[in-house]
Amino acid sequence: MTSDLKSEIMTDSKKLSFDSSKIQDDFPILETKINGHRLVYLDNAASSQKPEAVINALDNFYKTTNSNIHRGLHTLAEKATNAYEHCREHVAKFIGGVSCEEIIFTSGTTESTNLVANSWGNENIGEGDEILITEMEHHANLVPWVLLAQKKNALLRQIPITTDGTLDLTDINKLINEKTKLLAVTHMSNVLGTINPIKELIELAHKNGALTLIDGAQAVPHMPVDVKDLNADFYCFSSHKMLGPTGVGVLYGKKEILEKMPPYILGGEMIREVSFEKVTFNDLPHKFEAGTPNIADVVAFDTALTYLENIGMENIRNHEIEISKYAIEKLTEIEGITIQGPLDETIRGAAISFTDRDVHPHDISTFLDSRGIAIRAGHHCAQPLMKVLKTVATARASFYIYNDRADVDYLAETVKEMRRYFRG
Amino acid sequence: MNSSLDEMYRDIILEHYRYPRGKKPIDKVDVSTAGKNPSCGDEIDVELQVENDIIKNIHVDCKGCAISVASASMLAELVKDKPLDEVIENAEIVRKMLKGEEENLPEEFGDIVTLKGVRKFPVRIKCALLAWLTLLEGIKNFQNGDGRRNQIVSTEEQE
Repeated sequence: MTSDLKSEIMTDSKKLSFDSSKIQDDFPILETKINGHRLVYLDNAASSQKPEAVINALDNFYKTTNSNIHRGLHTLAEKATNAYEHCREHVAKFIGGVSCEEIIFTSGTTESTNLVANSWGNENIGEGDEILITEMEHHANLVPWVLLAQKKNALLRQIPITTDGTLDLTDINKLINEKTKLLAVTHMSNVLGTINPIKELIELAHKNGALTLIDGAQAVPHMPVDVKDLNADFYCFSSHKMLGPTGVGVLYGKKEILEKMPPYILGGEMIREVSFEKVTFNDLPHKFEAGTPNIADVVAFDTALTYLENIGMENIRNHEIEISKYAIEKLTEIEGITIQGPLDETIRGAAISFTDRDVHPHDISTFLDSRGIAIRAGHHCAQPLMKVLKTVATARASFYIYNDRADVDYLAETVKEMRRYFRG
Repeated sequence: MNSSLDEMYRDIILEHYRYPRGKKPIDKVDVSTAGKNPSCGDEIDVELQVENDIIKNIHVDCKGCAISVASASMLAELVKDKPLDEVIENAEIVRKMLKGEEENLPEEFGDIVTLKGVRKFPVRIKCALLAWLTLLEGIKNFQNGDGRRNQIVSTEEQE
């Protein structure tokens, strides 16, 4: 890189809301060399990297606090219980100040949607009822509803998407009707990056007497989310996409709804009293957390939330608006490359899918990997959406707090090099 | 340059990918099969003209990654004018090579030996296998008197 170009990039980076290069220092993995190149990690929509503070929190828990929780009467058990419950309080605050009873720890967004489908869905969906999703759902917010609809003889309907990758709301007043029992929709598409107008959709669903479940796996890591303001009935997300460990997810549910729902997994911790004849269930949220939970990872997730708060979710959103704008600009300049999703950075997140007129996404990904760039190629667990887009797969570069303009420049240059390589 | 990358995308492979053989449609179709790789979306149509159990003509149309397209092109080159039984044996040898069970290929296999490079990228082996598994299925159907059977071969089930 010439020094001129480098200083231009440096000046440009300063325009961003915060200094990504300082943030990079907090992520040990970013020092890794991949195939002899600096790692440029652009697969954040699949899973984010972890700052040293989170890695240390996990390490520290096992070194100083490890014990089972809630039952033990010894010092460590109390310390571990406090640390675990502290994270619950933190999550409750992080998503808009809800009650701790409304925060259930799961293994991830997928378990959260499955819990609702199996517990609430099994009790409340009947023959002829309608479940409304969208064409852009991830399999996690699709497969549970396909199976539930089959089992109950209910109808699964989809809100279509327009050619620019946003929801087509032309027929929304027909799609949401008195038969609709649940609207299950993604807050932000993992493929298109589209941020959906969920507040309006939730209001419309409520007017028709339906409940709402929001898949927030791609939203909570990247922007301020207030579930109370949205008035969502259920809201699901995962720790590992927001700097926290894998194996931790959250299901937020309104207390009055959760109270009426039967438990989904049965065993220890979720009970109050057990005899051979009768079982009474524990209070919320423990009713839905049977068995020993993922204590250490939950405790380290607490640290991830603090890390994000220190940067500020509003700042993160602004950073991603700017980096999306720059990436879309740079990628659309390249002959043969098409962005799949909205081009307006203000209505989208920084998960940017693209296709190449001549080169298959798997070849793109393999080539970029050889230059140190990690992206995702494939159907992104959204096969029905690929059909709608009339493609079999896309390449997806997804950005986060540690990515900067230099990463975008390197991606764009490498995509050009890739095209020369395959096209000859 | 990156050595394992260039080992997978050898110049010969890229040449087949840019200018695939067997693209020309054939007039008389005795065998017609389709194959797909559901996980990556590669799709292939293989058509054969068979006379006295010899492949007189082949048409291959593959939409997919460089490896699947190049492998299909090499297949088209190898099997033309060969008896079906020999082609079945050839396909088996290629499968063994891609799975690492066979190192040395007979000379007549030509460019196909360059596909060995995909073994370093395990998820791409099925891309290289797609055309061969589709061809085998077509021949099997033909030998059972059902060469035009419209069933799609999926590499996911074959592995």
